Amino acid sequence: MTDTLTFVPLMIVLGAIGLPAAVFAALGAGERALSLFPGGAGRRARPWVWLFLPLILVILILIYPVIVTIFTSFQDARAETWVGGQNYTWAFSGQMLDIVGNNLLWLVAFPLITLVLALASATLFDKVRYEPLAMTIVILPTAISFTAGSVIWTQMYSFQPSGSPQIGTLNAIRALFGADPLPWLIQPVVNNFALIFVAVWLQLGIATLILSSAIKNVGSEMLEAARLDGAGEWRIFRSMILPNILPSVLVVLTTMIIAALKVFDIVYVMTNGNFGTDVIANRLYYELFAVNNLGHASAIAVILLFTALPVALINIFQFRSEARS
Amino acid sequence: MTGAPDPAITPRTLAPRARKGRRIRLPGALVHVVVILFIVGWFVPILALFVSSIRTQADTASSGWWMALVRPDLSLQNYALAFDQMNIAGSLGTSLAIAIPTTVLTVLLSVIGAYALVRMQFAGRTALSLLLVALLVTPPQITLVPLLRLYNQVGLSGSIPGIWLYQVGFTLPFGVFLLRGFIASIPKDLYESANLDGASELRTFWSIVLPLSRPIMASLGIMAFLWSWNDLLIPLLFLGGSGVSPPITVNLAGLVAQTTQGQGPLMAATFLSVIVPLVLIVSLQRYFVRGILGGAVKG
Repeated sequence: MTDTLTFVPLMIVLGAIGLPAAVFAALGAGERALSLFPGGAGRRARPWVWLFLPLILVILILIYPVIVTIFTSFQDARAETWVGGQNYTWAFSGQMLDIVGNNLLWLVAFPLITLVLALASATLFDKVRYEPLAMTIVILPTAISFTAGSVIWTQMYSFQPSGSPQIGTLNAIRALFGADPLPWLIQPVVNNFALIFVAVWLQLGIATLILSSAIKNVGSEMLEAARLDGAGEWRIFRSMILPNILPSVLVVLTTMIIAALKVFDIVYVMTNGNFGTDVIANRLYYELFAVNNLGHASAIAVILLFTALPVALINIFQFRSEARS
Repeated sequence: MTGAPDPAITPRTLAPRARKGRRIRLPGALVHVVVILFIVGWFVPILALFVSSIRTQADTASSGWWMALVRPDLSLQNYALAFDQMNIAGSLGTSLAIAIPTTVLTVLLSVIGAYALVRMQFAGRTALSLLLVALLVTPPQITLVPLLRLYNQVGLSGSIPGIWLYQVGFTLPFGVFLLRGFIASIPKDLYESANLDGASELRTFWSIVLPLSRPIMASLGIMAFLWSWNDLLIPLLFLGGSGVSPPITVNLAGLVAQTTQGQGPLMAATFLSVIVPLVLIVSLQRYFVRGILGGAVKG
């Protein structure tokens, strides 16, 4: 084991001071080179000198791997011979069907639960004086890693057989009401929702922030006038607030769909895909390390990418219309 | 509304409003009950973690964390165990060695990229912006197979700079996206006067763009730090099998699987892993909120 006390500061100085200095030096050298070509040529080349480092990194870490993975998904386990669509037939058959089914559950349940809770919390927080405190508390879990969140909730869901004292908070609450303890992480279907709720706990703050800022943008005079006319709060929410915040609702949904698609940490730490909770990102990890099947792993990755594609297109569409207006 | 008294409001005009106010008071009480239940429920898991981390091993094994509020018998033994037997100090060190450089480099390269994209005219600028937006939602899993092979070939696997490289490259599209609106809003006059003074592009960048973008850079910085510090998948894949201590997330994930040390030390280790980001997000909440709101693609 390397000595932490010297190694860590060394790495930080290198990465947080040395490399940034090198980036500036590279920009300086680029600018010097540009000055050798006065006029048009220099001006035309300048953007590419500035974009060079960010672009190279994005190509190396994102674009190149996407292209290669698409190719590998049509190859065998060792990525040597072409096998046509075999990996995809495998990905949609047998035990993979359950896994894809779990992902569909995540894709529907996680964004919807988050959205409903975020709408409720954003609307209700708006009505109380201690809103900043409430908001801070909802934001707190967004700072916590999915890994730590999983450790926290493994304890919350902890299960002892009926009769013995319950250590887990949720089963203790159930015992308080005379209900039998529930094996949250083992019982099928319940366990999937138990895992999804961990993600909701971790991410709700983001959704609440986005919706809360949208709700505050709805003109308060208009709402006040409606209240004076005797409109009920539910009516005001449904016919005045909701239509005005629809774009933000869409943002929340797309953000959460992407998060649901990528979910790995929670399943990996809490059940490791056992008891019918596996999702494709965890399966990909398994294919990559336990089975060492590059073709299968790549096909799973491409499926993830293509599921995210509609969201990317929505984003592009919105971005263009925003740029035009 | 301001606190200054409005001369037009007399007790007479106030009266009907007050009555209206009373009519909605009952649901008002309900709102408080729901909100308070909600925030208590949301905070309990963090409280449970903290309380469990300072209880004795025997207590943790036999009763729920809330019993510590009834019969407190607290000790720091779990923390001592976590440091002694779980290599938590080494893991926190590695996490810092990954997250701090990743944060600085992400912010720096994002400002540079956003500045070029917003300020300079060139063919393909729109296409590049759209590509960036599309890359915002790329799942990290799609990059793993080729990059693992590439990292092995060039000897980057198992090294901390390899993690910087990945995390910076992966976060750059978001960073440029977050910063471009802010940089576009810097008044053109400032650039023009710098130009007239004969300042070079680099000089303008250093003395105008960087100082003015400080708030939004802070927003990006806190988000990049949180993502890097909280990342499990990338260090799990790219840092395995090296002499470096695993970062805290990887260490925790491994500890969950083995129960030999008991729940207490695991809770202590977990609390140590969340205290850094929690302090950050509470003290820099303003910047975090701006990062979330600015990073969402809005219609």
